[in-house]
Amino acid sequence: MNYLIVESRDPFDSADTGFTHRTATDLAARGHSVTLFLVQNGVLPARKGSKFAAQLENLIKNKIVVWADDFSLKERAISADALATGVKPVSIDTFVKTLVENKPTAFWH
Amino acid sequence: MAKTLTLAIMDPPYESETTTTQFRMIHSALTQGYNVNVFAYEGAVALTLKTQAPHPNPAHGTNLSEEQHPTTKDWIASLFELAKEKNVTLDWINCGMCVDERGVGDWIPGPRRGGPDGFLKQAESSDNTLVIPTKRSN
Repeated sequence: MNYLIVESRDPFDSADTGFTHRTATDLAARGHSVTLFLVQNGVLPARKGSKFAAQLENLIKNKIVVWADDFSLKERAISADALATGVKPVSIDTFVKTLVENKPTAFWH
Repeated sequence: MAKTLTLAIMDPPYESETTTTQFRMIHSALTQGYNVNVFAYEGAVALTLKTQAPHPNPAHGTNLSEEQHPTTKDWIASLFELAKEKNVTLDWINCGMCVDERGVGDWIPGPRRGGPDGFLKQAESSDNTLVIPTKRSN
């Protein structure tokens, strides 16, 4: 089973973003393939040097794929080379195509 | 036969960036040749209200035509046009009870009235479904 988790909130504003990280980690530990898609303010912690960048890098070490919406990054003036290691900018087209073609279990936070 | 994506949306117009993201998703899906089902619930039923009107911006010193203030009903109308152009379907249901309690039943051509059973049928007939909740304050 594969999972696609959308994180639209940032940890500076929303204390429960840890929930999506823990859920992603637990699912990956159970052998599922997990992708975390950061969108809107969800991309803010993906900046290199952010207090929360290490958490995202840790998710990646635990075999979770972390994507960041390229439009949200552009709106917030975050360039691809300013992202935490392993976070990949993707287009909304890639996200939608994955949702439809791969049919992951998806939820939005 | 084209694949189908179903979205359940809840944010009212102009209140959340999530509305823009939803429109981007619908636009992307239609452009890629997918059918799209939308179940608009709670405040999202006002997105298609025909009587929305753009306005000038006195703070910016712009008049109506200069400001080019977008309305959600115009964006949605253009998504229906895009679906026709791409020969796919955009099936938009406005939750009837949500419409009634908000008094927003005068909508643009395209959407239809429905309820949770309609959403269930949309979900059952699609390749994937994503429910997009509103944001609550912590």
